[in-house]
Amino acid sequence: MHFYPMTKQPIITVNNLVKNYGDFAAVKGISFEVYEGEIFGLLGPNGAGKTTTLEIIETLRDKTSGSIIVDGFDIETDADSIKKRIGVQLQAAGYYPNLNLSELIVLFSGLYGIDKTPMEMLEKVALTDKAKAKYKDLSGGQKQRFSIATTLINNPRIIFLDEPTTGLDPQARRNLWDLIREIRDQGTTVVITTHYMDEAEVLCDRVAFVDGGHIIGIDTPDHFIDELVASGFERKKQVKLANLEDVFINLTGKEWREG
Amino acid sequence: MNKPYSNTKATLAIARASFRSILRSPSAVVFTLAFPLIFIIVFANIGGGGMSIDVGVAKGSDTSASNPVYMALKKNKIMHLINDQTADEMSKNLAKGNIDAILDLKPFAPPAAMTVHVQYSQASGDKGSVLKSALNNIFYRIQSEELKRIQSYTTVQVPKLIDLKEETISGRPYKYIDFILPGQLGFSLLSSGVFGTAFVFLSLRLTLVIKRFFATPVKRYSIVLGEAIARLAFSLLGSLFIILIGHYMFGFTLIHGVTTVLNMLVLSAIGLIIFMGFGFTVSGIAKNESSVPPLSNIITLPQFLLSGTFFSITAFPNWLQYISKVLPLTHLNDAMRKVAFEGAGLGDVTHQLLILFAWFIGIYAVAVKTFKWE
Repeated sequence: MHFYPMTKQPIITVNNLVKNYGDFAAVKGISFEVYEGEIFGLLGPNGAGKTTTLEIIETLRDKTSGSIIVDGFDIETDADSIKKRIGVQLQAAGYYPNLNLSELIVLFSGLYGIDKTPMEMLEKVALTDKAKAKYKDLSGGQKQRFSIATTLINNPRIIFLDEPTTGLDPQARRNLWDLIREIRDQGTTVVITTHYMDEAEVLCDRVAFVDGGHIIGIDTPDHFIDELVASGFERKKQVKLANLEDVFINLTGKEWREG
Repeated sequence: MNKPYSNTKATLAIARASFRSILRSPSAVVFTLAFPLIFIIVFANIGGGGMSIDVGVAKGSDTSASNPVYMALKKNKIMHLINDQTADEMSKNLAKGNIDAILDLKPFAPPAAMTVHVQYSQASGDKGSVLKSALNNIFYRIQSEELKRIQSYTTVQVPKLIDLKEETISGRPYKYIDFILPGQLGFSLLSSGVFGTAFVFLSLRLTLVIKRFFATPVKRYSIVLGEAIARLAFSLLGSLFIILIGHYMFGFTLIHGVTTVLNMLVLSAIGLIIFMGFGFTVSGIAKNESSVPPLSNIITLPQFLLSGTFFSITAFPNWLQYISKVLPLTHLNDAMRKVAFEGAGLGDVTHQLLILFAWFIGIYAVAVKTFKWE
């Protein structure tokens, strides 16, 4: 368990954020804070407004109203300063065609205006042996790790990961959790979305539940669970000391397989 | 960390990435280099000889050295005399236009008139009239010689009505390669500019590569400029390659040597920039990758056929020439040929450049309206 500093310094402040697409209100007045150095999870069903909220904070989408401060900069007036301080991994984003991983890192270094060697970045995500491989030839887990490498090039204060573990096998998922914790431990704030509650439970320091364009709760995973239990909730089936995923990991080994 | 952000660095990073990507994309290499070279090789070999007229010589014709008509035709390089077909084959081939005329020559024995029987074919177009005028020319010379011989016996002078003076000035031989190569260069630039640009920007947009770029401090103009620099560099190298192959292997005329090559490269750059405007427009209109080829073909095919890529637009009927004269590739080809063969400088092709400039303004006005980033 990670203990983030007791002086909870907000690094992202979202205040009354609204986003309308024509007549459709995707985000209806969301407010929350992300603290420096934590892993913050945005949870909720598809269409709840998670990705829209993230993309507005990432300066990729215009807001309709409300205010957002990222690391002291207002998204309205200082989008460029924010871009320099954040790393963004998009859901389902591709990379420049026909280039290998090294060349893609060189490209992104140029886009961020930062001198980083490809090996230095690939080492952080254990992909040095794939330096000459094309992105499309990587496995799902390798693709996600490479995407995370590109978000780290500019030594960001915050990285945003949109459903990074979707479609990965249990080993690759655990491998990615380790990587994300490592990044957090080096002082980078992580904002993540996921559909896996077990993942949010073990990975996130705090989570916010988003539904229908509203935030309906924000707290630590432990506190949410305790509250529910205290309200008299009981699982229909008696909880055992292990679940089927534990069995899977136990049988197939913790070692993550490439490919 | 505190270094100011450099837009130039970002632009060049994109240019370098894009250039690498183009070099590794088979379609770009095929369109820019392979296609034009194949066309050049094919046309340089079939087009070189000019016109040839196939004349069947009927069985039983007098083909002896004493027959002046036969000897004259034999010396004529355009005439291809056929002696090895039966009368039946010959008439069938004449009907199909596979041979252009059949000639039956009786022996030459003055003062008796020599009978020459010629059959032409409607199937072979103008070639019959070329043979007809060649024959008339031969007959005139034979008659004149006969007249001269008669004159030597008499004091009555027949007045000379026509005094024919012929001379051939020495000039640069205009080879077919001099026509076909600039056309192929234009075609290569057109396809690279339209197809290449449209595909790249559409796929960068659909695969969210551009969206990921926008999460970095890069400016929009850096993305467009970087891509343009890469395509320009690639196409100019391609043009240089085609010009050099054409010059050293097929004798393509470069009047002022390196200066001519440089002028041609400047024209190539101008052409490519205009054609890229079409590419940007197509990438904005196209919904997915399969709609790029039809849209691009609407732009490239008419120009491919009507802009004097393979044959001069003067071969078209007037109404079609008006259309040709509107298309940008026509004027690029025109300027290229003037520069390469006539040795014109860029200042001598301002008419063509002005029309190209009008296209530049027009197409980029449309491209700015239709282009989509997301």
